[in-house]
Amino acid sequence: MLRFLARRLFFGLLVLWTVSGAVFVLFFVAPHDPARLIAGRLATPQTLALVNHRLGLDRPLPEQYASFMGRLLHGDLGYSYYSSAPVRELLASRLPVTASLALGAAALWLLVGVGVGVAAARRPRSLVDRGGTVLVLAGLSMPTFLVGLLLIYFLFFRLHLLGFDLFPAGGYVPLTQDPAGWAQHLLLPWATLALVTAATYSRLTRGSMLEVLGEDYIRTARSKGLSESRVVYRHGLRSALTPVVTQLGVDLGTLLGGVIVTEQVFGLPGLGQLAWQSVTTQDLPVIMGIVLVASAFIVVANLLVDLGYALLDPRVRPA
Amino acid sequence: MTLTAPGQAAADAAAVLPGAVRGRGPWRLAWERLRRDPVAIASAATILLIAAAAVAAPAIAHAVGHGPDDQYHDIGLTTAGLPVGPSRQFLLGTDNLGRDLLVRIVYGARISLLVGVVATLLATVAGVVVGLLAGYLGGLVDLVLARFMDMVLSFPYLLLAIALVSVFGPSLTITVLVIAFFSWAAIGRVVRGQTLSIREKEYVEASWSVGSGAPRVMFVEILPNLLAPVLVLATLLVPTAIVFEATLSFLGLGVVPPTPTWGGMLSDSLNFYQVAWWFPLFPGLALLATTLAFNLLGDSVRDALDPTAGRAVAGKDR
Repeated sequence: MLRFLARRLFFGLLVLWTVSGAVFVLFFVAPHDPARLIAGRLATPQTLALVNHRLGLDRPLPEQYASFMGRLLHGDLGYSYYSSAPVRELLASRLPVTASLALGAAALWLLVGVGVGVAAARRPRSLVDRGGTVLVLAGLSMPTFLVGLLLIYFLFFRLHLLGFDLFPAGGYVPLTQDPAGWAQHLLLPWATLALVTAATYSRLTRGSMLEVLGEDYIRTARSKGLSESRVVYRHGLRSALTPVVTQLGVDLGTLLGGVIVTEQVFGLPGLGQLAWQSVTTQDLPVIMGIVLVASAFIVVANLLVDLGYALLDPRVRPA
Repeated sequence: MTLTAPGQAAADAAAVLPGAVRGRGPWRLAWERLRRDPVAIASAATILLIAAAAVAAPAIAHAVGHGPDDQYHDIGLTTAGLPVGPSRQFLLGTDNLGRDLLVRIVYGARISLLVGVVATLLATVAGVVVGLLAGYLGGLVDLVLARFMDMVLSFPYLLLAIALVSVFGPSLTITVLVIAFFSWAAIGRVVRGQTLSIREKEYVEASWSVGSGAPRVMFVEILPNLLAPVLVLATLLVPTAIVFEATLSFLGLGVVPPTPTWGGMLSDSLNFYQVAWWFPLFPGLALLATTLAFNLLGDSVRDALDPTAGRAVAGKDR
């Protein structure tokens, strides 16, 4: 088990290193000029040279890469080209927003997705099952921003016209400051991500649940006289959840992608918004920081998935 | 469930040649199942309709009398400068610059379908070739290619896509390439897995024994057996690519304005949905209808090719 995890961790670090290298290379092979962006269009060549020197952009590429990696290994992500703020602080100030959004949404879509999936598997071809299928495909077919717009239109704007201000259309209140306001402001973003994603989970749960419920040990459990809900939830769901856990790992890891759009639509000051802003200003150090954090998300999520397997299903515990 | 009644099959066969039994290959069986699936017919019809509208976009623009980029500041905007609603003049209303939404939506269909289909084709070809090479050659090649595919799949893809686009500047070509780059690995991984198992089949061995080279075994013996899963994956990739393009355009990093795209129109409508419901509604519906039709068609193709796989709508009872 330990060796297995060590191997996964090594591969994860390899991914991190490749991704950061790719982004680094990308920025230097591509035609762009951060110095001009910072100094402005009217800057003299002397000013440009000065800015380039201050950013270390006038040094040879390998040297720049070496100093970048050296600082990285010391946990120093550098300073933003744009605001000169330390990248680590920028990321730290945005992380709580994105974490609140991601974890809350994941909890919601698991609840909805697995719930609908189990209900559908217990009664195939029933109304719940058919309705669930339609919901699945509608969710799969909709871009995140479209779902967000729909929710804003109906749950914010229409209700607002009727005099109910239940759901604010955007903004963020820190959890430590006002837990109720925090949840209220995040409800629509959570629902957006959950609607787009829950579909996959209900489909996955349904398929795997149908398979598991046909297994011999389920018949054994039933013949022992266990109650139906005990059979379904304690014996069936537990092993049916394995593919769900795999998917959860993938989704949590790549969630930062969906988060960019959701944060943009709802005006949440999280990592996704920062990513979009720094990409448009070509703020390389910040982009690098975000890409590294995002890739670290993926690596950690994959490790958790591997641990999750072992917890859920004793048969997959590797020797 | 969907099998032809024996009597009917016999009658069909007899009609062709008395006394002969007409063989029906798996593709033909699948086609017949697909033809009898109302969902498949409806989604195929929707896709054809949208494709026809895309092809006929200039004709539609001509018939309506409004070009896709023509701004009607006098009749296309209210006196307050806001979009005007659906009317005889503008069937689906106008946008914030007084442009005809209907004309822009049919022109937007061109971009969506073009990006969806071209990116899918590129991704499918790349995925099939890399997957076949990895699965068939094995060893070090497989190790490197498989790891590479895993890596591409675990990239935070939208983030990297945005970075790529911002560096190279947004354009149609870069949009297609970016989407293809982040999609091929999913197909490659499935193809590799299938190739690994097919490689061990007796007919592959038979092909070796008569002296076939690696390219022939890969593309003539193995590839045809992979077409079913690849076809399903490719059909499902089209809507993903369309959504991806719409998302990039929505973020202002896809196809450059004033070229009409559904994502770009939805992005423009963000500040006007409170006064002009038609502005986000119609492009949103067009986008949803297209992606939903492709997703439903992909599901139907999957069911037609693999009738044993249970399905929610027509699944077997326990």
